[in-house]
Amino acid sequence: MSKKSYLRMSIRRFQRHRLAMVGLVLLFVFVVSAILAPFLAPYDPRKQAFMERLKGPTSKHYLGTDQFGRDILSRILHGGRLSMVVGFISVAFGLLLGGFLGLLAGYFRRLDNLIMRLMDVLLSFPSILLAIGVVTILGPGLINVMIAVGIRSIPSYARIVRSTVLVVKKMPYTEASIAMGASSWRTMISTILPNSFPPILVYSTLEIANAILLGAILSYLGLGVQPPTAEWGVMVSEGRGWLRDAPHISIFPGLAIFCVSMGFNLVGDGLRDSLDVRLKESGS
Amino acid sequence: MLHYILRRLFATIPVLFGVSLLVFTMVRLIPGDPVVILAGMEVSQDELAKVRHELGLDRPFHIQYFSYVERALKGDMGRSIHSKKPVWDEIKDRFPATLELTTVSIMIAAFFGIIVGVISAVKQYSIFDHMSMVGALAGISMPIFLLGLLFMWFFSLFLGWLPTGGRPDCFWCWDKLRYLILPSLTLSGTSLPMIARLTRSTMLEVIRQEYITTARAKGLAERWVIFKHALRNALIPVVTYMGLQYAILLGGAVVTEQIFSWPGMGRLMVEAIRSRDYPVIQGCVLFMAFISVITNLLVDILYGIIDPKIHYE
Repeated sequence: MSKKSYLRMSIRRFQRHRLAMVGLVLLFVFVVSAILAPFLAPYDPRKQAFMERLKGPTSKHYLGTDQFGRDILSRILHGGRLSMVVGFISVAFGLLLGGFLGLLAGYFRRLDNLIMRLMDVLLSFPSILLAIGVVTILGPGLINVMIAVGIRSIPSYARIVRSTVLVVKKMPYTEASIAMGASSWRTMISTILPNSFPPILVYSTLEIANAILLGAILSYLGLGVQPPTAEWGVMVSEGRGWLRDAPHISIFPGLAIFCVSMGFNLVGDGLRDSLDVRLKESGS
Repeated sequence: MLHYILRRLFATIPVLFGVSLLVFTMVRLIPGDPVVILAGMEVSQDELAKVRHELGLDRPFHIQYFSYVERALKGDMGRSIHSKKPVWDEIKDRFPATLELTTVSIMIAAFFGIIVGVISAVKQYSIFDHMSMVGALAGISMPIFLLGLLFMWFFSLFLGWLPTGGRPDCFWCWDKLRYLILPSLTLSGTSLPMIARLTRSTMLEVIRQEYITTARAKGLAERWVIFKHALRNALIPVVTYMGLQYAILLGGAVVTEQIFSWPGMGRLMVEAIRSRDYPVIQGCVLFMAFISVITNLLVDILYGIIDPKIHYE
């Protein structure tokens, strides 16, 4: 099957995947509202109004107000930007480093053992503890959260890319490229990497959901983005003390995290089915 | 079998060394001087130097590391900077709480996850199948802190049925069960959807095998075919996942323990990180890595019991 028809068939299969389309719509709504947050938000997310504090949803404040009288809808819209940034940048960071290491391990057999044993060590830490450890060393803050969340995904990317490289390396077109005198780097970048794309795309989509969840967890624990920044994990954490009287302070931002994460998971599942990818991280 | 177990145990030695070196290095990269934390800000430079010497922190990095490993091999993980108790005692105090919480939650997740997965596979494309798989995906997407807070709000604050957090001191009593319900349900919320999805997909592969058709052709009851022939073969990847998940959770269900003030390993770890209690951080992570290795080994041995086709070489 040619590359074009494979792509066309995959797109058609994806379009027929109803749940994936639901996920895509969900993501579209959240991504657009995050981009247009300054125009869509009815109030300044930092503006405090003590007379309006702890109000439930009303026609004035659609999702109510928090303990400082700040409008929750405006904070969710602005917070969405941070969560999306954490999701995309940390996954890109993990993909670049992990993918590069996986490429080296799969292509150069001499480096394989060293790199994969290092990845084993990283994998022996539960991901949340690894992220907490990294963020403790680097200190709290948005960029450090992205690095911590990204580092956690390096071993998984290394394994996925390595296993694909091992398969693609033995393909006749790769052997032909080497026989025609292409250098190792050229073969890796122009022949092997494009063929590793489907599993990486599927894994990355699912991984963005995990990254957003983990970023929110770090902020919830007080180790990530710090208050008064409008970030979803911070908002849930700030509302904990008012759970009895004003549960909406925690529940609405929590639901926003849930919806975005669900969106990425639905799209990821749809991509896996339509690209016919099996995410088997081959052990070494 | 014994040969296999020994070989596996030997293979874990380099990984444990790698973990210990990584943790030892990471802990020393954490900003803040542990000697100042221990001795206080008002102490003179001479006294700081004395404390530093007593703790061995003025020695070269590699000597500190080898001395740490040597002591750890003898079971001495140092003392907590804050409580002054041996780290091993701190772990011994907290580990039972985590063991209790994790075991109950993995049992809940396994029981319901396998049942849902089997029914979904047997009734593929039915309404139950669609609903349960969308529900499982929703479970995977659910932030654990939101689930915990929703349970707490509904069952504790709204209905007033269950306590909001804590853990009674009794070894086993009715009261403890009440305290255990919400944290264990919350924690099972992370594994249950994965177990359901995994059981469904492996069951779907197995029930298309020829030996299942043969079992049906022999006239066996459908229930017998599913539970005796299909499920047993489909369980291997599920058991692997459960083993890995159990090992991860034993290291500390950080968020759940924080939400419900459950005094386990996860809270100990977060408290130690916040207070820069280096020996406790190192001890916890090493202990956790060790538990992870042992759990994985036990899972491998369990394979042989579930699937007699597997032989250990």
